[in-house]
Amino acid sequence: MNTHPVGDSALLIDTHDAMVAQHLRTYILRQSLKGLRELVPAHNTLLVEYDALLFDLTSFIRLLPKFEQLKRPAAPARAHDVPVTYDGEDLKEVVRLTGLDMAEVIQRHSSATYTVAFLGFAPGFPYLIGLDPKLRVPRLKTPRTKIASGAVAIADEFSGIYPRATPAGWCILGYTDVVLFDPDREPPALLTPGDTVHFRPSA
Amino acid sequence: MITVIDPGNLTSFQDLGRVGYAHLGVPQAGAADSMSLRHANLLVGNAEGSAALEMTVNGPTLRFETDAVVAFAGGRVEPTLDDMPIPMYQSIAIHAGQTLACGAILTGIRCYLAIAGGFSPNPTLASASSDTFAGLGPPVIRAGDRLSCETHSLHQGWYLRSPPEFPDEAILGVIPGPHADWFTPAAFEVLSGCTYVVRADSDRTGLRLRGEDIRREKHSELSSQGMVTGAVQIPGDGQPIVLLSNHGTIGGYPVIAVVIHADLPRMGQLRSGAKLRFQLVSHEQALAALRGSEAALHAAVASADSGLLAARRLLVMAKAHPGLRQACLQLERWRVNVRR
Repeated sequence: MNTHPVGDSALLIDTHDAMVAQHLRTYILRQSLKGLRELVPAHNTLLVEYDALLFDLTSFIRLLPKFEQLKRPAAPARAHDVPVTYDGEDLKEVVRLTGLDMAEVIQRHSSATYTVAFLGFAPGFPYLIGLDPKLRVPRLKTPRTKIASGAVAIADEFSGIYPRATPAGWCILGYTDVVLFDPDREPPALLTPGDTVHFRPSA
Repeated sequence: MITVIDPGNLTSFQDLGRVGYAHLGVPQAGAADSMSLRHANLLVGNAEGSAALEMTVNGPTLRFETDAVVAFAGGRVEPTLDDMPIPMYQSIAIHAGQTLACGAILTGIRCYLAIAGGFSPNPTLASASSDTFAGLGPPVIRAGDRLSCETHSLHQGWYLRSPPEFPDEAILGVIPGPHADWFTPAAFEVLSGCTYVVRADSDRTGLRLRGEDIRREKHSELSSQGMVTGAVQIPGDGQPIVLLSNHGTIGGYPVIAVVIHADLPRMGQLRSGAKLRFQLVSHEQALAALRGSEAALHAAVASADSGLLAARRLLVMAKAHPGLRQACLQLERWRVNVRR
């Protein structure tokens, strides 16, 4: 596994797969490493943040080949239905970028089966893979400083849902009422990596 | 109990952050200038990561309904207690009924107020850090709020030997980032040669900078991935965004460089309009700087008897009085062993 230093207190590991990143996180947690601060799995990577004055980076890197020899159990997955009102502020821009008409953008976005690849950016924000390749659009050149909560958006190969009003760099297709994160709930996040999601257009 | 008479511009509870939930997308948050938070706590005898008030641009006015011991650290303020000036960077005894006005932050942008025993806001996910981005932790304080705290008066007092300064021009050490190969050598020349200005739309999630564009060599979209505080991201428009403590856990803009850990606290003190330059340093230099700043933290906090603390308070009061100011300056010239 390739690793890249991220400043003086973090390391980025190429996992080439979202579920491998999740498994690698579980594996590293089990080692009870001194000075480990945070493990952030993503689409192709796992970010390891540590206290540079406590963490033994050399020994840590030696652990990685052992992980690659381990068998990874399949985690139980759940299916979720998410109702969406397709009235987002970037719908027209997506129509322009893709050359599809509006009905077709909505139809293609809501007929796919998405898998939760990882959570991040904001609490409970799911990065969903399985987007129709015809809907692949870039992120906004200048991110919006604030959007309303429940925004269902696309960027690159992902679809996602903004759990609350935050800055946003993705193209917004519509909005949902689903509560994605509640710190008083156990687990706090509605979606878990590996779960599947369907978007249902609502009137 | 403490009553908020005026909340100031943006005053929130902060500690050293919400660590261990980033895999759910929960930002770390915590004090933007963690070193000043730690200073403030050590000056009142608290554990260095206790929750304290982080004030921004303009501090709050608070009425104490209980005896307490407090300390200020961070961006320079000229606080008053019942209209009498009091110094920063030392423990200050407050009596029930007194009013503490923190006032404007004159250098830097954030100042921290710690209380001996600690504020006791309700924690969320193991941290009392107020995260306005994710909506977690206690809310930003408002007029009329009553803040609970575990007060105890101290027999011992502390002061800081050499308070840090937060000028509006900073040089931050950086290490080339994980996507350094997305950029040409010319981009690194821009990064380390250009003076950037902190834009007004900066906040606790990041410093948005204005300056010469940094051009990418690779134009494909970056795979979304974990981000660290101090990451210098380059969006499509070429204007850098440096992530602060309340940044989102995942980002999709390439990271040309990362600010070294030792310089993160100073980065959290840069206000709108401040000038900023990046200086490339080696990994070894970064670690040496971090060891240095950690060693300096505890060495700088010195215990003081009540006589010295009182003398420091008197000096600040006297300096606010036009006639006595000259006498104070003369005293300082005579190297009387009382520091500002």
